[in-house]
Amino acid sequence: MAHEMTNSTPSGLVETPPARVFHTEDITKIYRTGAVEVQALRGVNVELIAGEFTVLLGASGSGKSTLLNILGGLDHASGGRAWFRDQELTVMSDRGLTRYRRDHVGFVFQFYNLVPSLTARENVALVTEIASEPMPPEEALERVGLGHRMDHFPAEMSGGEQQRVAIARAIAKRPEVLLCDEPTGALDSKTGVQVLEALEKINAELGTSTIVITHNAGIQAMAHRVIRFADGNIADVTVNDTRIAPSEIEW
Amino acid sequence: MQSLDRKLLRDMTRLWSQSLAIALVLAVGVAIMVMMGGAERSLRETRDTFYERNRFGDIFATVTRAPMDVLGRVEAIPGVRLAEASVSKYVILDINGMAAPATGQLISVPSAGVPKMNVPTLSRGQWPASGQTGQVVVNESFATAHGFGIGDQFHGIINGQRRALTIVGTALSPEFIYTIGPGSIMPDDRRFGVIWMEGTALSAVYNLTGAFNTLTVGLGRDANRDEVIRQIDLILSPYGGTGAYFRKDQISNAFLQGELDQLSTMVKVVPPIFLIISAFLVNMVLGRLIALEREQIGLLKALGYYKGEIGWHYVKLAIAIGALGVAIGWGFGLWGGRGMAELYAQFFHFPYLVYVPYPSVYAISALAGLAAAALGAVTAVRKAVALSPAVAMAPPAPARYQSGVADRMIHFMKMRQTSVMIWRSLTRWPIRAALTMLGIATSAAVMVAALFMFDAMDELLDKSFVQLNRQDVVISFAGDRPRSVIEDVGHLPGVMVAEGVWSMPVRLKHGQFSRRTSLEARDPGSELTHLLTEEGDQVTPEGGIVLTRRLARQLDLDLGEQVTVLFPALGGTSAQVPVVGYAAQSFGMGAYVTPETLSQLAGQAPRVSLTNASIDQDKSEALFAAVKATPAVAGLVEMAAIRKSFNDTIAQNAGMMTTINSLMAALIAIGVVYNAARIQLSERARELASLRILGFSRGEVSYILLGELAVLTIVAIPVGLLMGQGLAAAMVTGFDSDLYAIPLAITRATYVRAAWVVGLASALSAAVVWRRIGQMDLVAVMKTRE
Ligand SMILES: Nc1ncnc2c1ncn2[C@@H]1O[C@H](COP(=O)(O)OP(=O)(O)OP(=O)(O)O)[C@@H](O)[C@H]1O
Ligand SMILES: [Mg+2]
Repeated sequence: MAHEMTNSTPSGLVETPPARVFHTEDITKIYRTGAVEVQALRGVNVELIAGEFTVLLGASGSGKSTLLNILGGLDHASGGRAWFRDQELTVMSDRGLTRYRRDHVGFVFQFYNLVPSLTARENVALVTEIASEPMPPEEALERVGLGHRMDHFPAEMSGGEQQRVAIARAIAKRPEVLLCDEPTGALDSKTGVQVLEALEKINAELGTSTIVITHNAGIQAMAHRVIRFADGNIADVTVNDTRIAPSEIEW
Repeated sequence: MQSLDRKLLRDMTRLWSQSLAIALVLAVGVAIMVMMGGAERSLRETRDTFYERNRFGDIFATVTRAPMDVLGRVEAIPGVRLAEASVSKYVILDINGMAAPATGQLISVPSAGVPKMNVPTLSRGQWPASGQTGQVVVNESFATAHGFGIGDQFHGIINGQRRALTIVGTALSPEFIYTIGPGSIMPDDRRFGVIWMEGTALSAVYNLTGAFNTLTVGLGRDANRDEVIRQIDLILSPYGGTGAYFRKDQISNAFLQGELDQLSTMVKVVPPIFLIISAFLVNMVLGRLIALEREQIGLLKALGYYKGEIGWHYVKLAIAIGALGVAIGWGFGLWGGRGMAELYAQFFHFPYLVYVPYPSVYAISALAGLAAAALGAVTAVRKAVALSPAVAMAPPAPARYQSGVADRMIHFMKMRQTSVMIWRSLTRWPIRAALTMLGIATSAAVMVAALFMFDAMDELLDKSFVQLNRQDVVISFAGDRPRSVIEDVGHLPGVMVAEGVWSMPVRLKHGQFSRRTSLEARDPGSELTHLLTEEGDQVTPEGGIVLTRRLARQLDLDLGEQVTVLFPALGGTSAQVPVVGYAAQSFGMGAYVTPETLSQLAGQAPRVSLTNASIDQDKSEALFAAVKATPAVAGLVEMAAIRKSFNDTIAQNAGMMTTINSLMAALIAIGVVYNAARIQLSERARELASLRILGFSRGEVSYILLGELAVLTIVAIPVGLLMGQGLAAAMVTGFDSDLYAIPLAITRATYVRAAWVVGLASALSAAVVWRRIGQMDLVAVMKTRE
């Protein structure tokens, strides 16, 4: 059941310029391990539009995760500036960044990162308990199609199910941005599609700006915007005129 | 934070055995704090109340005979609030069914009403009726020891006359909380009794009508204590005053104070050891948990949890362990505290000794326990929450093993690969290995320090009764006698050797230091008693004075220095003598001269205050009968009886104490070894599982894990024994009092036993972990990502 989607931004009344959710100015990141220096980001300038589904592509080691971590407030940049809306992330203290993550950001990681000693529901509650206007954990789990597995521990679920719990946990606080680092990296095509569908649905229904890092080039077809990374910088940005549904993706 | 709390609860259930092992170590610290701290406070407050209510004296003095009007002069000294004169005499008691003579201390009570000071509390019966010479009140423990009730009779040789004494009441006195007879070192309620008698009757018997020989003084709040005592000595010296002394030198009070000091030393030293160990264990276990949950910590941070919230989450786990330890400790403390109060009631006689569980003692112990756990946690948690979430969530770099000089050595020694793994792991975490070793060593140290007390007591007995004092009996007289009395004693039935001792109360002075003691002159070449140096050589006070080492230290005296000897009983005459030697002595703080020296110093012909005698045990009954019939004898002390009561007291408590101490020491070893093993197991599960999959047997795999702990234990034992020696030495110093010194004697058996307990405890912990290795689910272990 293929259907086409036109690329109009959800905020998209024609005249007004699209709202930026993130933008950066010459972001650099240098890792130092002993005497060795690795330049992970080399002056990245990027603009991301609110409500869009953005896909980040690029070779391994090209700096995708590093950028995502800086945008998500998980790590500090070595140089340059980055903004979330009009808040400058690069000047925030640790505590300020924590506050920012707590209020605005949802994360989904490659290895799910659930707390093994908590059930699905409790893993979601971990976030809803500290969020200001969360949805009930049950609702979040329903949205990712896991209403029937709420009281299972991570060890009792498949990888795809665990990843969907992670998504439920990320969206339960109704974040403005959802940052996903290789959310399907550890999954087969069928479960990968389920996870992408969950993400797509959230993006469409809640208008959550979503950034997804992936090595699966096929996934770019479902994005509003595709950013290609190479060697610590952006190689190019394309805007899709048409998007396809996750189920259409060639894995 | 309900979800996090749920995680906490599940973490704890998973770690229950390790948590319990830590909690038990902590519990010991808390229990000792509660028990000893409670006992100390209980004893102190009971004593203070008793002293206060029963108006225990501040200054005590004895004279030969002073007229009653002297009392008025004492009362007139500024600072004196209250003074009471009484008559007190030592007498021989003849008790039915007891061959040996007992010693009684007769004390006069006013004909009408009760004494003003040192008021005995009647526990049964009533005070003697006025004019009734034969009616007495005795101390309760004496009555109990003999099974005496009201109306029962015994006899006293009072001023040469055998008199029947009828018990009309029993009492407890602040003067005799620790009821110890003259010349004794242990309470013996059968052989020593306090007998309160109506004053006029007693005075009449001793020709002391209108006079007194004992003075008790109560001081006002802001009395100049030293000035008052100086004035009292001045007033009493014409009447044979032997020097007034403060409450702190009063024998019963001094023993009680000694016990309190010991208790407070113990409370300060022992619980911290256990608390520090538990803090270390919490740190170790939490450190491991945090390492395991590194990614979860990163995740929580990524989700927007603050550092403080995450830190608090782990600290709460530590506090939960702490709370468990405190609860167990309180339980044991309450139970043990009651036992301890009962034990004290055996030795210290109070009309009331209520063991009140003082809330503050409990609160302080809980605070200390929780603080120790939290402290252990904070250091472990701080580093973890400081990691940036991006770093925390990335898997940690593989541990870096380095090959150093030592590794080349093991190549040389051609160690098996499994042994090499042990070696690498030890050198990879040298600080952790060292701390683990130290933890185990502490266990051995605690064991040595606890057991050594029994060695010390044995040594004390051997020194005091075999090396220094070999006499069978000590016979004392009412007042000094001419030297011919030695011969008289020699003629008593059964006496084989009799030797005289002349002693005089003196005050020794050197610079600003001054001490009251008695100067003893023994016959040269005496066989029954010896003066020995600490090295065990004979020392004679020829040409000067020999001092107990502790006395010399207190007076800051060195060999060859002059000490001033003051004789309060001789109108305060004084003289200078050089110190010519030190004597080793466990009890008291004696000073020794030759009879010639004393005779010169005192300006008197040599006399005899007491005689030591060795006796033919077969004829002891005849001797006892003769002594009871000899008017001049005021007391007879059987050294064998003292030795026996000393031994009995120790034996009574030794078994129980050894068990409890071994258990406490073992808990430390178990806590350390078990946790170390579990942490090793968790850290190296994958490595060990891989080996199992490669075909290594369970034994070989266990060897890698437990071999390391075995190495640490083997190193720890000698270290711990040394530490134990240090701890014992510290205790010896801490327990040193004017009354006795505990020798630092540790037998080989003690070391061996300590080594055994620690070795066994380690082996036991290892065995539990060994079982876990057997149950290891290889597939599950390999599947976990770490
Ligand atoms: N903590 C770190 N310490 C040192 N170097 C690091 C660290 N994290 C990343 N790097 C280096 O920075 C560069 C960029 O890494 P980054 O993780 O952003 O790559 P990536 O594009 O996400 O790669 P992948 O697709 O493999 O996940 C790499 O060369 C990497 O080795
Ligand atoms: Mg990456």
